[in-house]
Amino acid sequence: MYIPKNAGRRRTTVLFLLPSLIGVVVFCLLPIGASILFSVMDYDLLRPMSSMEFVGLRNFTRILTGREFPKVLAHTFGYLGMYLPLILLTSVAQALILNKTFRGHGLFRTVCYTPVITSWVAAAVVWTWVLSGKYGLLNQLLAYVGITGPAWLSSTKWAMPGIVIAAVWKDAGYYALMVLAALKSIDPTYYEAAAMDGASGWKKLTSITLPLISPTLFLLIVINIIYGLQVFDSVLIMTDGGPGGATTVFLERIYKYAFVQYKMGLASAYSCILFVLILVFTAIQFWLQKKWVNYDA
Amino acid sequence: MRRVVRGVLFYAMLAAIILITIMPFLWMISSSFKGEEAIRTIPIRWIPERPTLEGYRRVFDMQGFSFTRASLNSLILAVACTLVEVGSATMAAFVFAKLPFRGSGKLFGLYLATMMIPGTVTMVPNYIILRVLKLLDTYTGLVLPKLAYAFGVFLMRQSMLAVNDAYMESAFLDGATLRRIFVSIMLPMVAPTLATMSLLSFMGSWNSYLWPLIVLTSTDKQTLQVVLGNMNGMYKNNEHVLMAGAVLTILPILVVYLISQRYVDQGISLGGLK
Repeated sequence: MYIPKNAGRRRTTVLFLLPSLIGVVVFCLLPIGASILFSVMDYDLLRPMSSMEFVGLRNFTRILTGREFPKVLAHTFGYLGMYLPLILLTSVAQALILNKTFRGHGLFRTVCYTPVITSWVAAAVVWTWVLSGKYGLLNQLLAYVGITGPAWLSSTKWAMPGIVIAAVWKDAGYYALMVLAALKSIDPTYYEAAAMDGASGWKKLTSITLPLISPTLFLLIVINIIYGLQVFDSVLIMTDGGPGGATTVFLERIYKYAFVQYKMGLASAYSCILFVLILVFTAIQFWLQKKWVNYDA
Repeated sequence: MRRVVRGVLFYAMLAAIILITIMPFLWMISSSFKGEEAIRTIPIRWIPERPTLEGYRRVFDMQGFSFTRASLNSLILAVACTLVEVGSATMAAFVFAKLPFRGSGKLFGLYLATMMIPGTVTMVPNYIILRVLKLLDTYTGLVLPKLAYAFGVFLMRQSMLAVNDAYMESAFLDGATLRRIFVSIMLPMVAPTLATMSLLSFMGSWNSYLWPLIVLTSTDKQTLQVVLGNMNGMYKNNEHVLMAGAVLTILPILVVYLISQRYVDQGISLGGLK
């Protein structure tokens, strides 16, 4: 494109790029460097910054060899182990329904989406009440079918499953729209050919639909592992890491170290570990995708 | 026969999903209109026997902090964050899309790379940076990091690349400057993307919790989400008050969503609301 000399190209470029560039440098790139720097320091927020002390890798060894870290890992992957299958199931189910035409389609879509636009704080407050031991909605419903529900969030065994239920409820609609987009891109001739061969609905689902949307399902798993490693709002409000430390997770630890105990060095080291984990999982998943994902669609 | 079975199965699944999704909301609404004794009943009473606004009254009559003030804070901050995020991203996108310079491709690559850095990882150092800048517990400090919105730059650049250069070239012939072209030609042309981005940004800011929680410490500056989070600890046995608070927190954003659903749904399909 020809841009005349008097159009102010240089000035516009600088002026337009500057705010965003300052943001990226100061609040995105600098913090990565700062994170690494603080992670090898002993930095107490209550003391002046000049009293910061270099401690080498002590923060890392303290975290990695401590008794708490394996638990945090176990809780996080316990969460993901329950959340991933459930979210795949529910979002695919919602998407399969959304892919059909029926009366009230728009309303159904809005209903599915309401939990997504609800803030996690409000959702967590509501679910804390739903999961309440004796008078909570879920246990009362379970009682109708003769099941005595656990005291979800105050039980070390059931607190995490409780958080998972709330998370699946909140997120399903979001991922359903992702799956729906994949369903819509499937060439209908596949189904026509299958119908000619007399394939059943179930057969079509397992032999055509699921293989063809596998790239999206794969993407969904990647995104969810990355988000799952960063679970926070739900945990902080529903259990605050409890009961008895049964739901401690990465961000909850980072938050507590940094803003309750003011150990910024330790919190930064934790952040670095989290960041590496996120990168590792992204890499693992990208490697795995070559093996089982069907990209022919 | 098979068709009937499938039809029944389909509607059963449909009903189950709707029920599971809306039941917590109905439970919240129902509880919010109950009195202190009535919230704890067996069996479930969906319609309160003696509906009361006590829960709502107590939400607006809290000791120490004001729900009205918090709502106003949230609104102001959500608007400010949206303006900063969308403004900075749109301007940068214009440069990347239409004013390439030496190394702009590489710089854009760097922007894309920063999208892989989760905000949660940079949270602690960003807090320290704000502390050094003496911006803790200020709205400026809360909003400033929003200048970096790589996803928005990416989204907007795509949109602007699709705008034909001929529009700009003919404006140049009429003697328009680049800034004039940005405002009068580019922005109207990318209005749908602008709307989508603004809505995602607004809803994201309204709903955000962790960042306002750590940056804003004065009670009169806190946002609605932080206040509702605090209430959760204070009203452990007064769920009707909590549910009233939750209703009032969800309602505004639900209205925004229902009005602008078309744009929001578009944003979701682009992967924007997370």
